[in-house]
Amino acid sequence: MTSEPAADNHATHDCRRYIDNLSDYADGTLDDDLCRELETHMEHCENCRVVVNTFTKTVTLYHQLPAPEIPNTVRERLYKVLDLREFRPEDDE
Amino acid sequence: MTQADDAALVARLQAGDQTAYAQLVEDNASRIYRLALRMMGNEEDAEDVLQETFLSAFKAIDKFQSRSSLSTWLYRIASNAALMRLRKKEPVQVSVDEPIERDDGDTLPRQFFDFCCLPEETLLRDEAHEEMKRAVDELPVTLRSVFILRDIEGLSTEETANALDLSISAVKSRLMRARLKLREELSTYFARYGNGAQN
Repeated sequence: MTSEPAADNHATHDCRRYIDNLSDYADGTLDDDLCRELETHMEHCENCRVVVNTFTKTVTLYHQLPAPEIPNTVRERLYKVLDLREFRPEDDE
Repeated sequence: MTQADDAALVARLQAGDQTAYAQLVEDNASRIYRLALRMMGNEEDAEDVLQETFLSAFKAIDKFQSRSSLSTWLYRIASNAALMRLRKKEPVQVSVDEPIERDDGDTLPRQFFDFCCLPEETLLRDEAHEEMKRAVDELPVTLRSVFILRDIEGLSTEETANALDLSISAVKSRLMRARLKLREELSTYFARYGNGAQN
């Protein structure tokens, strides 16, 4: 495991090709053959293995990011601006 | 909300039913506010975008033709409202056009710290969440809007394309670049925990 920049060592033609397909791999939509190729490549390319793992982890972490709540005051002002206060559904929060 | 529910609500909206207007607000205000807050980065602008979104939607509801769901349509209005405001603030940086595609320097990974092995309490701590939000705020807006809709709000690629009036390939390309940039930022941030820093 290293945090040293190593872009120069990582810019092989194969690595570039796999990087171009990372999103599909992370989403599980990558073509089966290419998926197998990538996984074989990762067995002997440490940098690609790290990039793939951290890329997928990044997507997962953002999926888990807590959602900000709309403040009640903001919601109330919205209904007022829209002139809909009397039609607002009962608060079931 | 199912397609049938959507169609029924649209019919009531187009008939001028005020309770339907209120229902549209109740069902969608939270998600539109979240999108606006993440696009704009501050609560004041987010509230302005939220209000503008529903005011614009009500004016245009007669023209709504159900080519997308109501929620995707609202995302589209909100995204446009946010982009317009950002363009006024940062006219040079904000364009609805395709971003200039830069190659190696823009997308090649440079940080190879494997933060996947860090403990969950490090990955999920509040400070890490703040760093994640900061990293999104610093994305170019063309990438930010795609990333927020696709990866944070959970829209499909097709829905994101529809909301932002982009091609599927443009959504995929921008999402890829956004994810690569965020991976790079998070790797740099978390590397400090792998290089001797304590939690």
